[in-house]
Amino acid sequence: MDFSFLDKYWIYFVKGTEWTIFLSVFTVLFGFIIGVVLALLRMSNIKVIKFIAVAYIEFMRGTPLLVQIYLIYYCLPFAGVTLPDYVAAILTLSLNSGAYIAEIFRAGIQNLDKGQMEAARSLGMPHRMAMRYIVLPQAFRNILPALGNELVVVIKESSIVSVIGITELMYQADTVRGIFARPFEPLIIAAIVYFIMTFTLSKLLGRWEGRLKRA
Amino acid sequence: MIRVRNLHKRFHKLNVLNGINIDIERGEVLVVIGPSGSGKSTFLRCLNLLETPSEGEIHFDGTLITSKQNDINVQRQQMGMVFQQFNLFPHLSVLHNITLAPRKLKKLSDAEANGIAFDLLRKVGLEDKAQSYPGQLSGGQKQRIAIARALAMSPKVMLFDEPTSALDPEMVGEVLEVMKNLAKGGMTMVVVTHEMGFAREVGTRVVFMDGGKIVEAGKPHELFANPQHPRTKEFLSKVL
Repeated sequence: MDFSFLDKYWIYFVKGTEWTIFLSVFTVLFGFIIGVVLALLRMSNIKVIKFIAVAYIEFMRGTPLLVQIYLIYYCLPFAGVTLPDYVAAILTLSLNSGAYIAEIFRAGIQNLDKGQMEAARSLGMPHRMAMRYIVLPQAFRNILPALGNELVVVIKESSIVSVIGITELMYQADTVRGIFARPFEPLIIAAIVYFIMTFTLSKLLGRWEGRLKRA
Repeated sequence: MIRVRNLHKRFHKLNVLNGINIDIERGEVLVVIGPSGSGKSTFLRCLNLLETPSEGEIHFDGTLITSKQNDINVQRQQMGMVFQQFNLFPHLSVLHNITLAPRKLKKLSDAEANGIAFDLLRKVGLEDKAQSYPGQLSGGQKQRIAIARALAMSPKVMLFDEPTSALDPEMVGEVLEVMKNLAKGGMTMVVVTHEMGFAREVGTRVVFMDGGKIVEAGKPHELFANPQHPRTKEFLSKVL
């Protein structure tokens, strides 16, 4: 084992980690919004809307993320849409993650005791208001563990956008591997950094969840 | 105040209500009794359209609420409902449970809504619980808060769906006490219950349901002392 390359190249890993965090934060943010909207559409009474939402979710969950990122990065330009690399990356990751978050949300809403919705409706609240003040806040609390898990997944999955040249952690590790001509050590560093991020995050989320439960 | 005509409810192929006709007058305390599966809860839940009737008409205060053009949310604000399982909102404090609907639907200010809430909390004897969360309350306390929550909208009628059936026996009394006071205050009430004592003491009329139909109705002392229908006799002989 020889980690002497770190003296010279440690900055590569720092830059890469910054990018990974940047991608993950925005992916989860947009993915969350997409997920909530999709979940509500998925439960719509209008058949066409419901079908579109279901089709979207099934497609996103049933095809590889690698294919999706190629589709958006290489094929959108043919349709006249050229996106900056990092936008294409965040877009793909969010669209993908949104499908998973939608299913998490749907489960959270449907597992909620239906008496909650009934009590709200019996007071005269329209469906939308009951969702906003009664159902969604409780569903959100119930699905926090699953959402936290999704965030961890996103951090790891974001490594795939290295294939379109986003200089995130995996890409940087690969670069150092090329320069240094030894595969093992740079990858070990990348793995350790990924692990530190995901592990810290799950611990933090666990603590936050515990606080919410006591409230 | 409420007029029900030829009310039918089917769940898939199961007929739960088979043509209910009844008029509920202002100030009346109508107690609905009957065996499990007789359709009494379904009947109650049809009155505010928590269940959509398969057939028939329901009028509330002169409005045909079963009409497709009707916005039921308007009438629901005037029909309070209390559930067997309380259905308090666990993520909100007791105070917010009570004030949410008046603030959002009647656009009351926080101060106005809180004023109403504390009056009601005093009425149900729980003003010290305003800042508690439902999870910290006993069953009887939860149900009294649920009653206060429904009353906060100043409804014209209160619907009770087996309000004491999920309670430990020693907590039934406190909830019935609140309901008695409500009846004394002149509130129109429809109560589905197994509490025959309450029916006899507080009810102005008792309806016995079986097989999705009203078998017999009458003044409590008459119906309990001298039931006419064999099915009523059989039921009362088991529960009294």
